[in-house]
Amino acid sequence: MAALRLDRLHSRLLEPLDLLIEAGALLFLSGASGSGKSQLLRAIADLDPHTGEVWLGDTPRSRMPPALWRRRVGLLPAETCWWAEEVGAHLPLMEHASQHPLSLGSNTRASPPAGQPIGRVLKHLAAFTRRSRPRQSATGTAHEPEPASATPSQIIDWLARIGFEPDVLGWSIARLSSGERQRLALVRLLAQMPTALLLDEPTANLDPGNGARVESLVTHYRQQQQVAILWVSHDPLQRARLGGRALAIRNARLEPVA
Amino acid sequence: MTLIILSPFDLALAAILVLLLAGVSWRLHLGVERRLLIAAARSTIQLVLVGLILKILFAQTSLPLIALMALVMLAVAGYEVMQRQTRRYRGVWGYGIGTLSMFLSAFTVTLLALTVIIGVEPWYQPQYLIPLLGMLLGNTMSGIAIALDSLTRQAWDARGVIEARLLAGQTWDQAITSVRRDALRSGLIPIINAMATAGLVSLPGMMTGQILAGSPPMEAAKYQLLIMFLIASGTGLGSMAAVWIGSRRLFDERQRLRLDRLAAANQSA
Repeated sequence: MAALRLDRLHSRLLEPLDLLIEAGALLFLSGASGSGKSQLLRAIADLDPHTGEVWLGDTPRSRMPPALWRRRVGLLPAETCWWAEEVGAHLPLMEHASQHPLSLGSNTRASPPAGQPIGRVLKHLAAFTRRSRPRQSATGTAHEPEPASATPSQIIDWLARIGFEPDVLGWSIARLSSGERQRLALVRLLAQMPTALLLDEPTANLDPGNGARVESLVTHYRQQQQVAILWVSHDPLQRARLGGRALAIRNARLEPVA
Repeated sequence: MTLIILSPFDLALAAILVLLLAGVSWRLHLGVERRLLIAAARSTIQLVLVGLILKILFAQTSLPLIALMALVMLAVAGYEVMQRQTRRYRGVWGYGIGTLSMFLSAFTVTLLALTVIIGVEPWYQPQYLIPLLGMLLGNTMSGIAIALDSLTRQAWDARGVIEARLLAGQTWDQAITSVRRDALRSGLIPIINAMATAGLVSLPGMMTGQILAGSPPMEAAKYQLLIMFLIASGTGLGSMAAVWIGSRRLFDERQRLRLDRLAAANQSA
């Protein structure tokens, strides 16, 4: 629960800008391609060199370790990349599992060797949910060394909201379509429990049904966690559906959309 | 068995073979005769010069002169590492990373070998120091060049993945860990292969030289083993230093991936 505030942020292609997004508020950003929308999001997430400061609540970015900042201010890029072979390996699910080698080890040994990922995953999940649940959500203090991750049951709930069964966790990344990757990337991002969200056209490659699912998951998370959201979108209907402020990039500046 | 001294006439006979090869290349339009002859001439001049310089060095055993020679060797090796990079680091780093890593690895390992293992008196006796350092520099040079090239190339290709890992809240060294591991592995594979097949296909160069010069084969084998172990550890040490410094240089103080610190692809490398 914290506002996201840009303070003379000078990203590539844009004039230095001040901007405040209150906790729980939604701000839509549009602009011609190449006008610097993605560059702005990258600058806020601190991926490219630039000048200016960003505040998350009372904490300036420069006072936070970069890794913690990027966890808190979650950027969903237009193109998603994956580093492990299976979907589940990208989620805190597996970190929990590695902390409890007993449950993981016994389950993998007990499960059939191949072809039954569903059973294996469900057994994992049963083991996880039996455990006492970790802290439910990230609180906004910067002193906390490692912010809380989502619980396995939250992740399963989110997966269901965008149309996936839990067995997707055992799927290989190579098998996924680009739309599936895009939807799963949102769950991957939420699983790090960000306090602010930067979404770069999260529904661009999705059919209307899945687009609506993504919209409703983001809305659910926003209402539950009161996160500030900067959403790049070209779809006026989407803006109308979800409400919120809308700005557009014109001549390297942000201007209100009529 | 004593060393049979080669006369200029003997060498001229071998040189005729190279001339013949150049003739064949010209006749078959292979287009390498010019480069072949230049390379042959270069090696003749360079080796004769080195022979002369070493003759002077061996006669004097003067530490400043030997240090100068070692520095020249290091400087040339550093340049060679830089030349072999597809994407060089901009600025002094392009030359500095490879050279520093070679200095750290080849020089310390040579020093260790001279003082602790072989026990030469004085430790800088050029007859031991120069060939040892040369072998170590030459081999760490290849290892470091391959490791660094693999690091920068893969980091360039895996930009999306590295940034995705950063966005997931990983630190810079977690985000580049798999790239770094691959780079290190590719730097070490040549020397591991060389050790694994040593003596099976061909005798290593140094052992061949010692046997031709009249050493007993077992003594030659022992020296070759020593050199191989030194080279392996030196290459490992040097590649690790280069990959560590190089990967750190790919990120700035805010742990952003800074591929702009690499120059555009160099097609000739």
